Amino acid sequence: MRPLLQVQDLHVAYRSRTGEVCHALAGLSFDLGPGEILGVLGESGSGKSTLAASLLRLLPPNGIITGGRILFEGQDVLHARPREMEKLRGRRISLIFQEPSVALHPAMRVRDQVEEVLRAHEPLDFAARRNRTRQVLATLFSAEADRIANSYPHQLSGGQRQRVLVAQAIACGPSVVLADEPTASLDPTTQQEILTLFRTLRQALGLSMVLITHNPGLLAGLADRVLVLYAGRAVEVGPAESVLASPQHPYTRALLRCVPPLDQKSQASRKAMLPVISGESPNLSVLVRGCPFEPRCPEKMEVCKSCDPAAVPLSEAHTVSCFKFPG
Amino acid sequence: MQLLLNVENLMKRYVTGKSFGSREFLAALDGVSLSIQTATTLALVGESGSGKSTLALCVACLERPTSGSMWFDGRDVAALGEKQQRAVRPQIQLVFQDPANSLNSRLTALEIVAEPLIIQRRFDKQTRSKRACALLERVGISAKKAGSRPDEFSGGQRQRLAIARALALEPKLLILDEALSALDCSVQAQIANLLLELQASLRLTYLFITHDFAMAAHLADEIAVMDHGRIVELGAAEKLLRSPEHEATRCLLAATPRFHGAANLPEGL
Repeated sequence: MRPLLQVQDLHVAYRSRTGEVCHALAGLSFDLGPGEILGVLGESGSGKSTLAASLLRLLPPNGIITGGRILFEGQDVLHARPREMEKLRGRRISLIFQEPSVALHPAMRVRDQVEEVLRAHEPLDFAARRNRTRQVLATLFSAEADRIANSYPHQLSGGQRQRVLVAQAIACGPSVVLADEPTASLDPTTQQEILTLFRTLRQALGLSMVLITHNPGLLAGLADRVLVLYAGRAVEVGPAESVLASPQHPYTRALLRCVPPLDQKSQASRKAMLPVISGESPNLSVLVRGCPFEPRCPEKMEVCKSCDPAAVPLSEAHTVSCFKFPG
Repeated sequence: MQLLLNVENLMKRYVTGKSFGSREFLAALDGVSLSIQTATTLALVGESGSGKSTLALCVACLERPTSGSMWFDGRDVAALGEKQQRAVRPQIQLVFQDPANSLNSRLTALEIVAEPLIIQRRFDKQTRSKRACALLERVGISAKKAGSRPDEFSGGQRQRLAIARALALEPKLLILDEALSALDCSVQAQIANLLLELQASLRLTYLFITHDFAMAAHLADEIAVMDHGRIVELGAAEKLLRSPEHEATRCLLAATPRFHGAANLPEGL
């Protein structure tokens, strides 16, 4: 099966006013197949949001894509002309933003906000647009659709607002949806609702998704594959169950150990100190030789200091960038 | 064991609309009773809108409850006048969810931590700086960074700063209102460890408000589940997890994302 979206050796850097260069993404490669949900797991500063922005070429003016390729349905995204980009963005690849209360216009009715997306991308007349909007809202809200369509964002709950963002994202029938921390501001019950919605949409519309998050719990049971991002690099990629249940890279292992388990067996493990990752998060403005996790790694070796680890396949779908595993 | 906080039948109603003399009320707290023993942690779990934060504000004496009593350290605080309440407030401090918004970005770390002491007119200038420095060190911020402003710190360090500020007046009760929710999971673990360590050494009492059931179960002795302004279930953390009785508890537990195996990994390979 040919991948829908291919990212090859992507490098993105930000230049600050003082001339300092920050390497947010340093050689990231991955594929996304049709109908696949890829979870991107990373902490702040790992390059998660930079990834979402560069896939749509929405980086701020000081962000520069310094190398690599992004292919979407065979088309080179990085060399597309602005006109061609407009046809992709929001139409073939769309983005669900993090904060629904900020992303929605406070003084426009929900219906008009969804219609606005269609007006920008589709050559439909008024009646057809109305009709399409109604259909999209009906898939997301079923019985309440008419009431929601007439509401303003402040009249909706957080979960409903998030659904409106989803409605905007799928209005034009895209093949890839990027979601950058889509549930960060929601409580767990609503979070689960939105995740279930993603699952349903994937089945109903055959959507591919890139789900970017810092919360490993969200990916369990939703993502097909997980990519773990550290210092702008993919340190581990593999099927969700194997990455989350038996992580191999020292960083993934350390990260997942930080999360307290819900099924605490004994009194003793409660209130015990949680394992932490020692040391400080990487400074991306100095280009380091060697593995970016080396200074904090509990299993570092001599070679980690001087050479960049290449991705080593553990199984057909699971790769790890670490010298612990002989290539 | 000594009771630090005992809340009985606390009600808080807000007026939501007034039309032609008839008023409508929203019962944010609808008869809440709970108690916390000294040097223990009570976790308050519930969906958004269940009244967790209103309860926090009432306990912190920042909102006056409509009715009910609230005994803190042997006194009924809810019945006190404004002036007497002012003497109670320093003993109850808050740490908020987003340290980026709850810290004054124009002050240095040292000034932020010393500010409560200035407001309460405690000590002279030198002693205040010395104490603030000691507090920064205590929460893991080196004295070298005392002159930096909040935007120069990372998210985790900012939350450490917020904790240092909350500790400046040597409070007995710390209300942690979603204090870990905005942080990355590796940073959450660090701050959780700091809180545990502080509790052990300073005999602090925590009211830990969260919607993360796993973290609540890890940090708390007891868990209270709130729903629609009421506490629907309250009990020892293990028991609540093992045999949740109320529907709301079961819903919250079911919604808590979980994955198995990783947490049981041994150190190293």
